[in-house]
Amino acid sequence: MQTRFSFGGDEHIFAEVGEAMSLEAFFKSLFITNAVRDAKIRGVTEICPANASYQVKFDPDQIKPDDLLTELKRLDSASEKSEPVIKTRIIEIPVLYNDPWTHETLMRFRERHQDPNGTDLEYAARINGLDSVDAFIKAHSSAPWFVSMVGFVAGLPFLYQMVERKRQLQAPKYLRPRTDTPKLTVGHGGCFSCIYSVRGAGGYQMFGITPMPIYDPNQNISYLRDFMCLFKPGDIVKWKPIDRAAYDAAVADVDAGRFAPVIRDVSFSLTEFNRDVDAYNAKLDGVLHGR
Amino acid sequence: MAVKVLKPGLATTVQDLGRPGYYHIGIPLSGAMDRHALVAANLLVGNDAGAAVLEAVFMGPELEFTADATVAITGAELPPKLDGEPRETWTSFKVKRGQILSFDFLKQGARGYVAVAGGIDVPVVLGSRSTYALGALGGFKGRKLEAGDELPIGSAGATGKDGRSVARDLRGQPAGMPTELRAMPGLYWHRITEAAGDGFFSDTWKVAPEADRIGYRFKGGKPLEFVPREPPFGAGSDPSNITDACYPYGSIQVPGGTEPIVLHRDAVSGGGYFMVGTVIAADMDLIGQLQPNTPVKFVKVDMNQALAARKSRSELLGKLHSALA
Repeated sequence: MQTRFSFGGDEHIFAEVGEAMSLEAFFKSLFITNAVRDAKIRGVTEICPANASYQVKFDPDQIKPDDLLTELKRLDSASEKSEPVIKTRIIEIPVLYNDPWTHETLMRFRERHQDPNGTDLEYAARINGLDSVDAFIKAHSSAPWFVSMVGFVAGLPFLYQMVERKRQLQAPKYLRPRTDTPKLTVGHGGCFSCIYSVRGAGGYQMFGITPMPIYDPNQNISYLRDFMCLFKPGDIVKWKPIDRAAYDAAVADVDAGRFAPVIRDVSFSLTEFNRDVDAYNAKLDGVLHGR
Repeated sequence: MAVKVLKPGLATTVQDLGRPGYYHIGIPLSGAMDRHALVAANLLVGNDAGAAVLEAVFMGPELEFTADATVAITGAELPPKLDGEPRETWTSFKVKRGQILSFDFLKQGARGYVAVAGGIDVPVVLGSRSTYALGALGGFKGRKLEAGDELPIGSAGATGKDGRSVARDLRGQPAGMPTELRAMPGLYWHRITEAAGDGFFSDTWKVAPEADRIGYRFKGGKPLEFVPREPPFGAGSDPSNITDACYPYGSIQVPGGTEPIVLHRDAVSGGGYFMVGTVIAADMDLIGQLQPNTPVKFVKVDMNQALAARKSRSELLGKLHSALA
């Protein structure tokens, strides 16, 4: 993988690690952005890792653009030697798949969809060669996902499924974007899932909704008091399918301030993961459930 | 001391110089679209350069003052009226307790900045008072103003004099038609053909109605022709798709190759559309003053030209500071 660098005007350097999405490209982006942060380079104001690329914003009055580019290229080649291991967190996200709120919304915008006569879940199941919505939900929730980027809007995670490429679920975006998406919708576009942190426009297929807030600008939610956004790039997410009763109970718990998310610290090795994906994911599941 | 909002205008928000440092989790800079005008308004009333002011787009609010104050309106030519009597833009003036500040129709530009001596004293969130409405963050309750809101005003320093003004050549407003926006090609420039690249810079574009704090859309130029490719895994099938990546401020994305969008202070921080380049930092203020239908040309520059433009914009700001010191 040869990183491609480009200036984004006089204040940004954009680095494309891979044209295609892969865990290798994501890991390299995460590594280099961590290294840039640790290097505390004068004049650097924003360090943004993305799925298979990254971006550094800087003040050219404090550092010459070419000097920063040289430094980033140096860190890029040094990253080749580093072991792809990260200390991170695994977070369980409860999901009510096939919920009434995204269903109402997807029916309202049906004429903007590839399959006006079905639902987003039915469409996604069919184009991924699965024979039922239940089989699709199982495929979506059985393996964990990497938070490979946080952004678009405040706190929104892009999630990349931790299985071999041939097993990855894929679905195109809506033909024309919707003007509305319920808050906390679990969506999917291309190879990425996401959780909509705020209500608003969106083009991803809608599969369900989580009762667990992930962004709180007022910081009233107990686990968002330290910081208003839950996710960081590199977090691992495991979906937990729940029914309506469990959803309602979780919402009541959130409102009463007693909802406690399941979050565990974990170390992740890309080399070991690639050796046996299913066994490694089972191990991660064990960490999540204290086994 | 407070200012009561009698009528809010179209989309009036509290803004300062913004909230750097959180773009990696999708929280954009925010802050005044026309930063030069914000600084001018603040210096006129004796505030720190980066104090919080009101940014009013296309239409002014109607405000009632609960105490005597000094105010100044800069940016767009949005003529102020005090109890119905005309006042000058780019000039500080006194407001008596109980008086009402309103505005005439917009004559030129797009965004007016209303500074009050003491600054708009909303809570500081993540280091800034700016409103990021999409994330319901900062400003007054995380949203644009509504009738009935009461804005707290900080205590004014001693320098809030009336009758001070900014000379025309220090205002930094767009001049000439079409407005020229200097841009550095790059990012995913290689995705379009050479002819398409030439067309992008030679066509005259017009500001589309979809122009807000997130981004400005342009229409009227020729659609861009793409270099053929096999879609990379994760990018999506449309030739304008990329594997979702970060978007620089000022970056020019062209979904479907048809209508360029320049991201501004409330930018979405990333997404899946390719970008042909980036408007240079020195010209970002100008975009904030463009009305729909304004003709615009993108002018190709390199890094050295961008840095020279940056220097000249910063010298203009230096002169503004000296003039109002």
